[in-house]
Amino acid sequence: MPELCGIELEHPVINASGTYDAIAARAVFGDALLEDFPFAAFVSKTITPEPRAGNAPRRIWETPAGMLNSIGLPNKGLEGFLAEDLPRLAALPVPLIVSIMATSREDFARCVERVAARREVAAIELNVSCPNVHSGLIVGEDPAETEALLETLRPRTEKPLIVKLTPNVAGPAAVAAGAERGGADAVSLINTLKGTAVDPATGAPALGNGYGGLSGPAVRPVALEQVRSVRAATGLPIVGMGGIASGADAAEFLALGASVVAVGTESFRDPRAGSRVAAELESTLRLERVSEPVLDLD
Amino acid sequence: MNAPFGRRLCEVAANRDSGGYRVVSLLDHEGPEPEPGQFYMLAAEAGWGADGGRAFLPRAISVAATAPGARGGVRLDFLLDAVGPGTERLCGLGAGEGVWITGPLGNSFAAPAEVSPGAAGAVLVGGGVGVAPLALLRRRFGERGVPHRVLLGFRDRRHTGGLDLFCGSSGALCPEVRLATEDGHTGLQGRVTDLLLPILAGDDARSGVVYACGPPAMLEAVRALCAEHGVACELALESPMACGFGACFGCAVPKPGGGFLRLCVDGPVLRGDQVEEVSHAYA
Ligand SMILES: Cc1cc2nc3c(=O)[nH]c(=O)nc-3n(C[C@H](O)[C@H](O)[C@H](O)COP(=O)(O)OP(=O)(O)OC[C@H]3O[C@@H](n4cnc5c(N)ncnc54)[C@H](O)[C@@H]3O)c2cc1C
Ligand SMILES: Cc1cc2nc3c(=O)[nH]c(=O)nc-3n(C[C@H](O)[C@H](O)[C@H](O)COP(=O)(O)O)c2cc1C
Ligand code: FES
Repeated sequence: MPELCGIELEHPVINASGTYDAIAARAVFGDALLEDFPFAAFVSKTITPEPRAGNAPRRIWETPAGMLNSIGLPNKGLEGFLAEDLPRLAALPVPLIVSIMATSREDFARCVERVAARREVAAIELNVSCPNVHSGLIVGEDPAETEALLETLRPRTEKPLIVKLTPNVAGPAAVAAGAERGGADAVSLINTLKGTAVDPATGAPALGNGYGGLSGPAVRPVALEQVRSVRAATGLPIVGMGGIASGADAAEFLALGASVVAVGTESFRDPRAGSRVAAELESTLRLERVSEPVLDLD
Repeated sequence: MNAPFGRRLCEVAANRDSGGYRVVSLLDHEGPEPEPGQFYMLAAEAGWGADGGRAFLPRAISVAATAPGARGGVRLDFLLDAVGPGTERLCGLGAGEGVWITGPLGNSFAAPAEVSPGAAGAVLVGGGVGVAPLALLRRRFGERGVPHRVLLGFRDRRHTGGLDLFCGSSGALCPEVRLATEDGHTGLQGRVTDLLLPILAGDDARSGVVYACGPPAMLEAVRALCAEHGVACELALESPMACGFGACFGCAVPKPGGGFLRLCVDGPVLRGDQVEEVSHAYA
């Protein structure tokens, strides 16, 4: 059975943070969501210390084989999440991973302690694509910042800490190595690639925020190369993601060293994409096993 | 009633002209009857994204009419205006082709008394391809004996369509339907709000509720006029939707007083007082 940092998983497919609201989906699809939950673990949307409304529209823009988003992390804030959302997410039939972002080590530490204290939470994902207000550096763009953040957080919990790497760096492997030195249990990648588009109707940036993050099949080759280079630099388990839309796509990530994969944008096109990718992956791997050489010459 | 979980493949039963638009009929063997105002996410099974990599995401489309399917299930009729790669592909679907659908999604129009206590009648105001959900609503009001008038506005001949969805069994436009076109090729020359204004100014206006769907500028005019005359209204809005089931947070519509609604799950039908100003920025 696949596992991630000691968490047993039914299959190796989980969701990408921010691309599935299980509470909203339960209201739309009813109990069928729980009976046939598409993911082997559920990762929450990123929560922040204080509530956020999110960015002004327009928030999404379709691109060839993908999309740009500038959603802006709308969420109820740490306390709102713990009080209202966490009890409802605990009703899901799979382990729960909570994604956290903060702009200082102290705020990060407070969030990690409060979230990790909850029995319902199996692991924490650290979204480090944000500035440290003290240094001005984007944490996940700097190996030393990432290492220092993990050194602050590591003593606060025994629960697994997964660092969600940003792809908007020259060398993600160095950041992954920093995360490992700081005491991370796993890394997940990739987050969205910075991008923008011009609305032909106005000649101005299409997104309200001016720019956004690219996801979907368009980013898959970039994601695969980052997984390959991170695999070479660390021994940490890798959650691979970026444009996975089929079992064959997922198999590419596993072949390059990911132990688990995450499905994001594809769920928008197919709300049960997680189950489908897992089933397709299972038959891909079974075929590979069958076609392995039967003669053992040793 | 919940939507079936996940997307499902449906067959195109028919695709016909409807003025400047197309009516595409799908056979749905699994889903429940949709309510007026609800929508589906649609994507062609083949040739989706074939031209330059778009359309990639499914497209939100309101259901305009329903009927029992020839071989069981329900027939869903969608009124489509080709404005880009997604709607062009959907408009070109041939009978027997496959379409992925998820839905029915979103909320629906409420009865007049639920929108405004004591209200009994309805005024339906549609513009362009936005007449689609009002066609289903008019049928529902007809079945339930809710007194209603229908005002439809179109830009020009090319952008006039869907009128057959407002015809009786004789094939003639129902008597309660009034038309306005900006080029004057049929009906009153002017805007649909020119038809609405005298009704709102009438003594009994507050005993009715206005139900509107159409382009943002029309919805904003309707919202402002209703507010001015103290008449309750429900507006079916549009915003960019990647998923339709609350997953992406892309469909944000500003709330009066701050924050955002997710139009796919909190709408697409909103009361006039739930909206600050209907704007192109999110439509
Ligand atoms: C709840 C709801 C119900 C709806 N009901 C109906 C209906 O019944 N009938 C109907 O015809 N339509 C309906 N619509 C509108 C329909 O969903 C859109 O017209 C459709 O998504 C447009 O897709 P497209 O590929 O044809 O056009 P697009 O090319 O996507 O263009 C549509 C708009 O999208 C923007 N856009 C996004 N990405 C790009 C890009 N990369 N390049 C250029 N422009 C881009 C532009 O602002 C453009 O004006 C509804 C929408 C909603 C939200
Ligand atoms: C609409 C949207 C919202 C997202 N929100 C978050 C988020 O809150 N936190 C986060 O770590 N990643 C977020 N992501 C990034 C995804 O988790 C994922 O890393 C990325 O989309 C690549 O995977 P995909 O191509 O399968 O979507 C978001 C992506 C999208 C498209
Ligand atoms: S369309 Fe995705 S949340 Fe509304």
